[in-house]
Amino acid sequence: MRDRLDLLRDMLLVRHFEERCARLYQETKIRGFLHLYVGEEAVATGVLAELEPGDNLVATYREHGHALLKGVDAGAVMAEMFGRAEGCSGGRGGSMHLFDASKRFYGGNAIVGGGLPLAVGLALADRLTGTRRVTVCFFGEGAVAEGEFHECMNLAALWDLPVLFCCENNLYAMGTALERSEADTDLTVRAATYGMAAWSVDGMDVEAVQQAARRAVAMVREGRPAFLEFRTYRFRAHSMYDPELYRDKAEVAQWKQRDPIALLKARLLDDGTVDDAALDALEARAVAAVDAAVAFAEAGTLEPVDTLTRHVYAETGGAT
Amino acid sequence: MKLSGREAMRRAIRRALAGDERVFLMGEDVGRYGGCFGVSKGLLDEFGPDRVRDTPLSESAFVGAGIGAAMAGMRPIVEIMTCNFSLLALDQILNNAATLRHMSAGQLGVPLVIRMTTGGGRQLAAQHSHSLEGWYAHIPGIKVLAPGTVEDLAGMLQPALADPDPVLIFEHGGLYNAEEELADEAPVVDIERAVVRRAGTDLTLITYGGSLAVCLDAAEQLAAGGTSVEVVDLRVLRPLDDATFLDSVRRTHRAVVVDEGWRSVSLAAEVSARIMEQAFWELDGPVGRVCTAEVPLPYPRHLEEAALPSVGRVVDAVRALVGDG
Repeated sequence: MRDRLDLLRDMLLVRHFEERCARLYQETKIRGFLHLYVGEEAVATGVLAELEPGDNLVATYREHGHALLKGVDAGAVMAEMFGRAEGCSGGRGGSMHLFDASKRFYGGNAIVGGGLPLAVGLALADRLTGTRRVTVCFFGEGAVAEGEFHECMNLAALWDLPVLFCCENNLYAMGTALERSEADTDLTVRAATYGMAAWSVDGMDVEAVQQAARRAVAMVREGRPAFLEFRTYRFRAHSMYDPELYRDKAEVAQWKQRDPIALLKARLLDDGTVDDAALDALEARAVAAVDAAVAFAEAGTLEPVDTLTRHVYAETGGAT
Repeated sequence: MKLSGREAMRRAIRRALAGDERVFLMGEDVGRYGGCFGVSKGLLDEFGPDRVRDTPLSESAFVGAGIGAAMAGMRPIVEIMTCNFSLLALDQILNNAATLRHMSAGQLGVPLVIRMTTGGGRQLAAQHSHSLEGWYAHIPGIKVLAPGTVEDLAGMLQPALADPDPVLIFEHGGLYNAEEELADEAPVVDIERAVVRRAGTDLTLITYGGSLAVCLDAAEQLAAGGTSVEVVDLRVLRPLDDATFLDSVRRTHRAVVVDEGWRSVSLAAEVSARIMEQAFWELDGPVGRVCTAEVPLPYPRHLEEAALPSVGRVVDAVRALVGDG
């Protein structure tokens, strides 16, 4: 079981990884769309702390942290963003499409709501084969407006499929505030209408996230779907192209007061679990892990252009 | 044994379910109702509700669930009532099924079969009659099949299920009531090759699906007037088997493409372009096309008939190229 220090280590790894990505973007090492998880780390950290290695994970385009914490190698994730052949998707996917079949990490889906049916299908396969496994599906609160969300909540409940739906409610679907897009902003009520256990969690408190996830994962492992809403906030822009015209700086500053990492650090200092030196050591370890990932990515190679049309069909018995 | 398309497909699905426990059938009304067109009648009793699975009217969710289950090692057959309804699942088909293998650099595959009806001729009007297989044939990462005979309808399912990639089968509505003599062991269709259905020397008709019967009838009528027409059934719309139709055109030096899709930006346009690119100097005249009129399909029989490729229109198009013989 992941203890509180593990949770801090995990969050620090994600935080430092993401901050480095932002710098690498400015250095043009990373291109395309880049969505960072800074501020939301407690959500993936607390949920993934409760999963077994054999569980399935489906995530969104803001998924670097989920990939890292599911065990995808940090170097392979960074190399993917560099577009290198050594990336976890061979360089073909980039930031939004991280995959690692060996870790049961099923992407990296950049169509809002598009991953939910996949999660339902993964869980259906487990139901049909009698496999006891949890499929966790992350999505933002923007997905709640999509038809696929409602279709999938219904299907999972109707068929008793072992899916844990994790809604990362960071209040903005890109720039559209929840109250500007939903007639009813209580998302747990929406989920509960499908006859599914659903509750809301403080997504800035990693221990609260872990406790909620423990309870929900236990239910799902018994074969019933569940829905968790995590109230969280992204400290950075939606992507690197976002001038943030839709929210006040004061609001951002207020949420930063509840930084999940600072919150946990304060608790650990308060109760004497760590001292400042120990915290410094943890920070240094996270930085070193990211340094190593960047070095791996820098040393990566570019796929030759003559294999451009690979991976469209299976290479045994496939055709072009 | 003489079987209708409906019975032949049911036999193929039954054998697939019996032969591989990873296979299951999922879609709207496939179970208790017996299938919108009666194809899966009786299969629920035989295989139970887990493997003959009725779904809510949630095309995106159940097609996506098929993709997820296929990714996890199952071999789902997902039925969509008509190809018009498949548009509700287009996100899953294009953004996931066709794309996951590539985005994951080959780590994931989607061995999924999606069956749907296509085509007009049954007075079902503008939301149940269209031929969208040409659209789907545009998409790399999926395979698109369009059987034109009962034997192909039944014989394509097994190879489609054996394929490691997503295969879409467009079943022309007219095929379910068509009858053919079929062997007890239906032959497995080569789903990478087109096939010459009738040999001829003066012109090649290139077609697929519901228009195959139209072309064969037209060829018969033209033969009576002394014009010898070869009929090529594409049957695989993606990947297109260029070699078979180009070989035919190189022998006959003339071609007309007959496609139930609309003419503009159509599969017929693609076939015509490939002939131009690869057999231009072999041609004695321009490639002709007979397609559906550029109109949503109307309900009244006479207007629908006027819109669809017909024997008369095909005969006229051939005569325009070879003369009256």
